[in-house]
Amino acid sequence: MPTATNTIEALTNREYKYGFVTEIEADVAPRGLNADIIRLISAKKNEPQFMLEWRLKAYRYWAKLEKTEGAPKWANVHYPPIDYQDIIYYSAPKQKKGPESLDEVDPKLLETFEKLGISLTEQKRLTGVAVDAVFDSVSVATTFKEKLSELGIIFCSFSEAVQNHPELVEQYLGSVVPYTDNFFAALNSAVFTDGSFVYVPKGVRCPMELSTYFRINAADTGQFERTLIIADEGSYVSYLEGCTAPMRDTNQLHAAVVELIALNNAQIKYSTVQNWYPGDEEGKGGIYNFVTKRGKCLGKNSKISWTQVETGSAITWKYPSCILQGDNSIGEFYSVALTNNYQQADTGTKMIHMGKNTKSTIISKGISAGHGQNTYRGLVKIMKGATGARNYSQCDSLLLGDQCGAHTFPYLEVNNNSSQVEHEASTSKIGEDQLFYCRQRGIAAEDAVSMIVNGFCKQVFRELPMEFAVEAQKLLGVSLEGSVG
Amino acid sequence: MLEIKNLQAKIGNNDILRGIDLTVNAGEIHAVMGPNGSGKSTLAHVLAGREAYEVTAGEVIYEGKDLLKMSPEDRAREGIFLAFQYPVEIPGVSTTYFLKAGLNAIRKHRGLEELDAMDFLALVKEKMKVVEMDQSLLNRPINEGFSGGEKKRNEIFQMVVLDPKLAILDETDSGLDIDALRIVANGVNALRSKDRAMIVITHYQRLLNYIVPDYVHVLFDGRIVKSGGKALALELEEKGYDWIKAEAESAQQTIA
Repeated sequence: MPTATNTIEALTNREYKYGFVTEIEADVAPRGLNADIIRLISAKKNEPQFMLEWRLKAYRYWAKLEKTEGAPKWANVHYPPIDYQDIIYYSAPKQKKGPESLDEVDPKLLETFEKLGISLTEQKRLTGVAVDAVFDSVSVATTFKEKLSELGIIFCSFSEAVQNHPELVEQYLGSVVPYTDNFFAALNSAVFTDGSFVYVPKGVRCPMELSTYFRINAADTGQFERTLIIADEGSYVSYLEGCTAPMRDTNQLHAAVVELIALNNAQIKYSTVQNWYPGDEEGKGGIYNFVTKRGKCLGKNSKISWTQVETGSAITWKYPSCILQGDNSIGEFYSVALTNNYQQADTGTKMIHMGKNTKSTIISKGISAGHGQNTYRGLVKIMKGATGARNYSQCDSLLLGDQCGAHTFPYLEVNNNSSQVEHEASTSKIGEDQLFYCRQRGIAAEDAVSMIVNGFCKQVFRELPMEFAVEAQKLLGVSLEGSVG
Repeated sequence: MLEIKNLQAKIGNNDILRGIDLTVNAGEIHAVMGPNGSGKSTLAHVLAGREAYEVTAGEVIYEGKDLLKMSPEDRAREGIFLAFQYPVEIPGVSTTYFLKAGLNAIRKHRGLEELDAMDFLALVKEKMKVVEMDQSLLNRPINEGFSGGEKKRNEIFQMVVLDPKLAILDETDSGLDIDALRIVANGVNALRSKDRAMIVITHYQRLLNYIVPDYVHVLFDGRIVKSGGKALALELEEKGYDWIKAEAESAQQTIA
């Protein structure tokens, strides 16, 4: 007799849809990391001196950390030590240097993105979404560039920004996440190869969603991209990030850094649907997603919102955070993290209140299925000068089956008496009774689980841009498929 | 429509149903009464396919098919509806969304076209009147923060929308005040038809003043120990369940 538990478990198992490999000739650096590899990367990208120097400083800092304390050990995740000398730090599809137009981009690359549902060709583009497509270490195409530049918006690959807007890069790179921030941020600063760059000028409301789609293809490579978004005074931008990788039975490292800067009255909305390959049912393979994302509300009345839907990766280690420096600035974090099979996630946020009357909201929804382990880790810090600061945190966990785990570690540091901090948490299980109730109305068990999970995530999904919300709902359904049988 | 033969079921190591025989034809309303713990709710849940109960013997034929072999969702799609005694909350899922998913799954199963949002809303508007349901309730997460009466009314509302062939009402009257009881009963009576059968499970005779049954069965210790017309319900009301118990026990002793 099937019990509700193994019914739910059977539903959670299913194949990863994006696991194919593109056969393409690549320009690959030798394995391992040393100062010469960094010089090679910098030279390949034809970077100005300040970039090389910054990379080398970061490398030295990282190398010292590697020898002494190594990667951070406080997170609630477990994995064998990574051999950083066995990773390839640069891999780029061979193509003519800097394709001038899409016609010059290797059709195989366009095909790859097409297969992932991201059309880069003119006719089929999603209306209202401009895309920067990053394949392994480099950006292969950015759409709608001209249209955006008419408004003064810069949306390009990081490499291009270094060439064309070095002053902006030099001013803001590392200003939110310095290379000394943590082990993986230091590594990223030393070796990052590409990513997206956005600058929205004063008073401009970006008319379309900007999006970057990251694809890891090559084996044994790490992906280290860096995103820098600057919203100048009174501007608004909504940015989306999506990612997938082939199925391989070795683990691959993804260590990205994202920095957001919002000046006076500016607003940045950053949404992620993360679907890196999670490994197979036994927990073999999958991406290690060790990412540092942070936004700084530098100006008064500025606002930064993070919305993330994390369904992929073998291990997720990620805390999109806000530094609320400007008075009356607002930070928001909406998160859904799903772990299935042997996936582990340690994710959450940090809200650092510095300015007066700063406000932050944290809504975190963790879903664990299979043997998945899901940890929320969050810090709310109210600094001395943050008079009238307010925070509201809500952390809910949903368990599917009885082999999985949910953990919550909220940290609070309050140094100002006039502040107000609220925290609510809950843990629930998809009950056999809920499932039966749905099935008694004719709804198939799989659809019922997905309906219950989607209901649980509703508060977060409604923060996502329309196109993404639909995708996220489907993705959750798909990631849980097979957990009821 | 429904033929139950020697149905036996247990949960864990507890035998609950010890041999139920019951035949229900289209157009009939059967009331199943009995004291607490007699197996009334178990019978309802076994018929609806709840997996926590294990059927150990007997058979159930529904419309010529082996009901016990069917999944709960297939039973629903074939026209069996259970109004729950304790309706479940599903946070973040509105009644409208929930019910549309159910109705369309049922329609699909029957080869009918699925209803789009507009047609569905039109249907809902029409059916809402039957149970004096409030629109705002339908947009709220299903059963979350509903009062006892609202939950029961919502069950009957769902029944009216899903239009089942065999409706099983599991103590729908419990916890209802007299006004809510009348509304619920009106909803049920509106569905009375020669093509539809109902099994009304209740502890008290009260509901049967509003929903007049064709047959009354008394369940005791997992067996139907007495059957009769609606007069039996009144007799029970008057005498309580003790005389049934005494009668059943003496019958047992005679057999032994």
